[in-house]
Amino acid sequence: MHGHDGRRSRRDILKAASALAAGCGAGVLVRPARATPASMQTAIRNVVSSATVKPGKVALDIPPLVENGSTVAVSVAVESPMTPTDYVKAIHIFTEKNPQPNVISIHLGPRAGRATVATRMRLVDTQKIVAIAELSDGSFWSDTVEVVITLGACLEEII
Amino acid sequence: MARALLNVPAKAKRGEVIAIKTLISHEMETGFRHSTTGVPVPRNIITSFVVNYNKEEIFRAVLFPAIAANPFITFYTVATESGTIAFEWTGDNGFSATESATITVE
Repeated sequence: MHGHDGRRSRRDILKAASALAAGCGAGVLVRPARATPASMQTAIRNVVSSATVKPGKVALDIPPLVENGSTVAVSVAVESPMTPTDYVKAIHIFTEKNPQPNVISIHLGPRAGRATVATRMRLVDTQKIVAIAELSDGSFWSDTVEVVITLGACLEEII
Repeated sequence: MARALLNVPAKAKRGEVIAIKTLISHEMETGFRHSTTGVPVPRNIITSFVVNYNKEEIFRAVLFPAIAANPFITFYTVATESGTIAFEWTGDNGFSATESATITVE
């Protein structure tokens, strides 16, 4: 098994790594149902109710290719003058395949000065991310980005 | 008490848009994971983050399990007057943490 000098050989390490990856994959099969594109639509409907969501005004910035889904830097910038009469009321982020579609809901006011927020999120798999902004006039705007994940936020407990 | 880090400028010009960065140590256990024996690990996350500038709310966020461990949140606000910016995180299992920063507006 081990190298002739007692240390772990490169092959052993690779074997262990692939076993670990397989364990993570096995966990995928037994865990509860993930959010689906349909449940994301429901979550979005809960926020926007009957209003139509138009693409534009929102810039969702997230790396298109992510190696580790446990922490993914994401920022949302909305085009708005942020005056007391015309400002961004709320920003929401949704995912398509995470176990739950909601990621964060942010409430702003004209005092924000700039409608830009940033955080770090988890992504379990390659999927679409949607950011929706609610403006003070009651309109909703969105941006959608497709993100490729190499290694998802592993849901399995590894102790 | 969880450790929180704040990045708030000490001084600003009146009307200037300032960036505020916050980081708090928290595992953000999703509630979707299982232990090696198959027992579900209960959810333990921060659910709410509120920021008050001289007791007036300027920012509020509702967090879900999809926020990464040690939640990091950046946002902007207009420096209106000198005073205190108070940050409050609350979450599952009665989690609560507060932190504040003073700002001088010229």
